[in-house]
Amino acid sequence: MFVKTALLVLKKDFTIEAKSGEILYTTLFFAVSCVLIFAMAFVKEGEPVDGAGAGILWIAVFFAGNLALGRTFERERYAETLRALLLAPAPRPAIYVGKLLGIVLLLLLTELVLVPIVAFLFHVALFTRPLFLAALLVLGTIGFASVGTLFAAMLVRTRARDVMLPILLYPITIPVIIAGLLGTSALLQSPVDEPMAILWIALLICFDAVFVTLALWMFEPLMTE
Amino acid sequence: MRIIQRGFVIVCSLLLTALPAWAVQTPPPQEGFVPINELPPGEQLPAAPFLIGAYAFFLVLMVGYVWTVARRLNKVEREMKALEQRSSQGSMRR
Amino acid sequence: MGQVGDMMNKAFWVLAAVTALMFAYAPVAIAGAPYESTMLLVQKIFYFHFSTWMALTAAVVICGTGSAIYLFKGSATADRLAFAAAELTVVFGAFGLVSGSLWARKAWGHWWQWDNRLTMALLLELVFIGYLLVRKYGGPGAEKLSTAMGIFGAATAPFVYKSVDWWRTIHPKTSVMRSLGTTSPEMWRVVWFCTFAFLLLFTLLLVVRVHLEERRAELDRLYLEAEG
Repeated sequence: MFVKTALLVLKKDFTIEAKSGEILYTTLFFAVSCVLIFAMAFVKEGEPVDGAGAGILWIAVFFAGNLALGRTFERERYAETLRALLLAPAPRPAIYVGKLLGIVLLLLLTELVLVPIVAFLFHVALFTRPLFLAALLVLGTIGFASVGTLFAAMLVRTRARDVMLPILLYPITIPVIIAGLLGTSALLQSPVDEPMAILWIALLICFDAVFVTLALWMFEPLMTE
Repeated sequence: MRIIQRGFVIVCSLLLTALPAWAVQTPPPQEGFVPINELPPGEQLPAAPFLIGAYAFFLVLMVGYVWTVARRLNKVEREMKALEQRSSQGSMRR
Repeated sequence: MGQVGDMMNKAFWVLAAVTALMFAYAPVAIAGAPYESTMLLVQKIFYFHFSTWMALTAAVVICGTGSAIYLFKGSATADRLAFAAAELTVVFGAFGLVSGSLWARKAWGHWWQWDNRLTMALLLELVFIGYLLVRKYGGPGAEKLSTAMGIFGAATAPFVYKSVDWWRTIHPKTSVMRSLGTTSPEMWRVVWFCTFAFLLLFTLLLVVRVHLEERRAELDRLYLEAEG
């Protein structure tokens, strides 16, 4: 029942998104614009600043993620579908998981496009250890999206929701970005620093476990009136 | 009202009793740890302004915070009194 | 009920007097404490710096627990405690960050260093500022929304504590404090005296702040009665 509900919610979001592609394309374009803006800031005499590539990748993902979260739940609010979902006789945590999976997939697609662009523009050897990088990105995205989905859902009815989401989300998810960033930097060292990367991956797993558990635990009481 | 007045009395007495204690700080006897024999180099920043700045900030912060709480409490008490007056007037008219 | 109220009132003022005396004596105690061999005079910020982070830990724990209890049980007292504790977290955290900064300027040469302990502490402060912002600008139902911040903030706090042990950073490790009893008993005594004074101060401020929330709730109730 739980898995079925989650997958149904995911399928719903996917179907709507597949028809218009609105959120995916706007998020992608915003992420690429972010990278370009950072390119202006972090390029000295035609050469990108050392170590800037990893940071820019993660910042672009987080900014784009914030936008995607806002847009996804704005769509829910506009059509009052969130209330309909909550009224349905489905386990609430399953609804949360369904929405979380949707956001994670959206962000992973964005990262799929961003990583080559960043590697290309900033001369960063991001493909030396693709599995480690993938692990870092997936775990980091899950960590960010788990808190983001919870906060975006709970802020849906608030007046100042657009500005409150980043204010509340970033302090809590900055540890995730730090872990992801330092792990990526470890992968970009000249002899790849694998133990460090593994350490950061382990830490990300810890964060994800804590955040997802807390979010699952808190989703139902937060969404009830 | 009395709470706030008493609060200020306490804070002021804190300040007044702390001042002479502060005066004792120049120069304290060095017991226990013996400082390293080489004197601190002359180019280093003087430590006293930082030390005093930190403790002064603490005082300012605490006094400021108590003041904001007192102000909010005052406001609530005033509104409550006004509300009670209005409701008693209303009940008298009946 | 009146007798208990009177006793509580008296207890409050007795504690307030004790706290005032402790803080009046604190500078004397700190001045008398032995010098630390490398940092000399500026290290004396430590006594209040450490104490404020102890008070902050208490505040974070109370906020997290209160938020959780309010979220799952709906207890209004828990919510008031959480709100008061969050505000005190911001206040004590601000002093912790500023005092640390002043100390760092003298001891390390920079006002700020992006090492793990400082970064996490700053983030903790931001999380609870976010808590206060939600309470203020969240509109109706903001009490529930803020519990999310309180709980996540409390969950992040252990990482702040442990971060200095896991990574070698410029900030002193936790083992420095834990071994202080053997390395310097005089310092140890002063540290715990200051910490106790801070915890007393924290308790007093918490009581006053919760009292404010209770009066506000009473006012809201009166307004509702007047309208209805």
